[in-house]
Amino acid sequence: MKIIVLVKEVPDTWGERKLDLETGLADRAAGEVVLDEIGERALEVALAHADAHDGTEVVVMSMGPESAATTIRKGLAMGAASAVHIADPALAAADLGLTARTLAAAIRRSGFDLVITGNLSTDGSGGVIPAMLAELLGVPNATALSSVEIADGSVSGVRAVEGGTMRVNAPLPAVVSITEALPDARFPNFKGIMAAKKKPFETLGAADLDVEPEDLSVGWSIMTAVAEKPPRTAGTKITDDGDGGTRIAEFLIENRLV
Amino acid sequence: MHDLTDEEQQLYDMVCEFADTVVAPQAYEADRTHELSMDVVAQMGELGLFGLPFPEEVGGQGGDYMALCLAIEALARVDQSVAITLEAGVGLGAMPIFRHGTDEQKAEFLPDLVAGRALAGFGLTEPEAGSDAGATRTTAVLDGDEWVVNGSKQFITNSGTPITSFVTVTAVTGERTRPDGSTAKELSTIIVPNGTPGFTVGPGYDKSGWRASDTHPLTFDDVRVPAANLLGERGRGFANFLQALDEGRIAIAALATGAAQGCLDEALAYAKTRNVFGVPIASHQYIAFTIAGMQARVHTARLAWHDAARRADAGLPFKKEAAIAKLVSSDAAMLNARDATQIFGGMGFMNETTVARHYRDSKILEIGEGTNEVQLMVIARELGLAA
Repeated sequence: MKIIVLVKEVPDTWGERKLDLETGLADRAAGEVVLDEIGERALEVALAHADAHDGTEVVVMSMGPESAATTIRKGLAMGAASAVHIADPALAAADLGLTARTLAAAIRRSGFDLVITGNLSTDGSGGVIPAMLAELLGVPNATALSSVEIADGSVSGVRAVEGGTMRVNAPLPAVVSITEALPDARFPNFKGIMAAKKKPFETLGAADLDVEPEDLSVGWSIMTAVAEKPPRTAGTKITDDGDGGTRIAEFLIENRLV
Repeated sequence: MHDLTDEEQQLYDMVCEFADTVVAPQAYEADRTHELSMDVVAQMGELGLFGLPFPEEVGGQGGDYMALCLAIEALARVDQSVAITLEAGVGLGAMPIFRHGTDEQKAEFLPDLVAGRALAGFGLTEPEAGSDAGATRTTAVLDGDEWVVNGSKQFITNSGTPITSFVTVTAVTGERTRPDGSTAKELSTIIVPNGTPGFTVGPGYDKSGWRASDTHPLTFDDVRVPAANLLGERGRGFANFLQALDEGRIAIAALATGAAQGCLDEALAYAKTRNVFGVPIASHQYIAFTIAGMQARVHTARLAWHDAARRADAGLPFKKEAAIAKLVSSDAAMLNARDATQIFGGMGFMNETTVARHYRDSKILEIGEGTNEVQLMVIARELGLAA
């Protein structure tokens, strides 16, 4: 069984995050960068399965700048067997469509039984990559799973929906995405960190995957404007003159908060 | 720090993450209740921290002393008690067995010690003997094929946890004659398993700092252990211990650097968000300069212990460098703790703040593993002065 886990370097979720107003991209130099936590959880799902099932190969895959290699290597330290890093300046401003096409090409090239991803990255927050990948790969897609069971020829899990839960099942090969309901990832130990140095780490460019970054025959999303988040304002103060309750209720209704 | 390899940096980052997410949230409660969290110790064991400087053949992680000290520094940023538990667990618990143990002793004790499933203490300090280890009064007399141990020890770290399996005790085992004809005590080290009849672990101390660290007085009343429990050569107890002491100073220096860094992190974050007279206090030059000074101390302390650890790992003499590292880093911790609590104002006097805990915890750094006066003595002697 070969499981590919998509991981991503993102600006530290808990740190200060900045947008480069020239390019509209995240300013990676503005603060610390980390492996996206949701991707770590996805990796934990794969590693937990590998721990219990001999013959499971876990591959971490990421598309990101060359500088992200160190962060991706953490996936190897945690226990993945190899890494595939797609690093190409031509892909720097890739939209979701191009990102999905590139990742799909790399996944197809590696071969896979199962692809596990987070449901939503903490930086771009597109949330559609898993579905796009499944479409491009022509395999079933189970999204937003809060639990995952991997069997020989199928994957199943639970998805929380409004007012209930759904049990979903898909034959392999498949793409699944997971939510933060799944457990925290393990910490890599020193032995893992040292071992990571010797594990296969493949770096690919768009050309290796026959992906044309400037292909104008497919749809594109074009960013037309980028602006800084407006600064936080002081908020609304309601002084209770006997009708405070009513006014709070009105405020909540007006802002669709209830 | 640019001298770290990628792997060392990753180790440090990983332990920082572990410290922030697992250790920090329990630190206040553990300090308040004087209770070492065995759950945290177990997780540190699973992470391989207790096995860092040991080869993989004995179940270790294949790292070196530098790696261990990086982990200690990372933990000490948020909880000195947990950091000293690791330092003592490795340096005083497992390391003497690894260095001086017989194959049988290693096979019996090392697997659990390096995995953090068991802890061991090192019983050196006595009411009348600290750095002056030659004043040891505890005795061990060979009676047939058993050692009979009598005496008492104090301030013994990790000696009474639920997973403590033994304490290595220094004891007078006879007299030896010096080349000049005078006599001196023959000191040896003996492994005394917890639970041996006559071996009593006293109640934990009411310490002003490092309160979650497990520390007890021990008494030995005709305690009988097999002759095979002698650790290392008879009469080499003191010499073996001195080596451990020099290394321990580097580890304490790393711990103190972590404490100084923790104070800096806390002070910096607080000064940026705490507003007085309408502006963050960080925008006052006095506060900014205070924090700048804290950063300078952390950096100096870190350079000092890195150099000492690198020397130790390279097999170079490091006695003087270890003493210097311990001296400057413990001063850095104490001064940074004082500055950080001052920046916190009234909140800095509340035990629930990390800086208040660092303030109480850091004092022992100037006392333990050889007082700072002893460090000055060591440095002076290394310079050829008759100190």
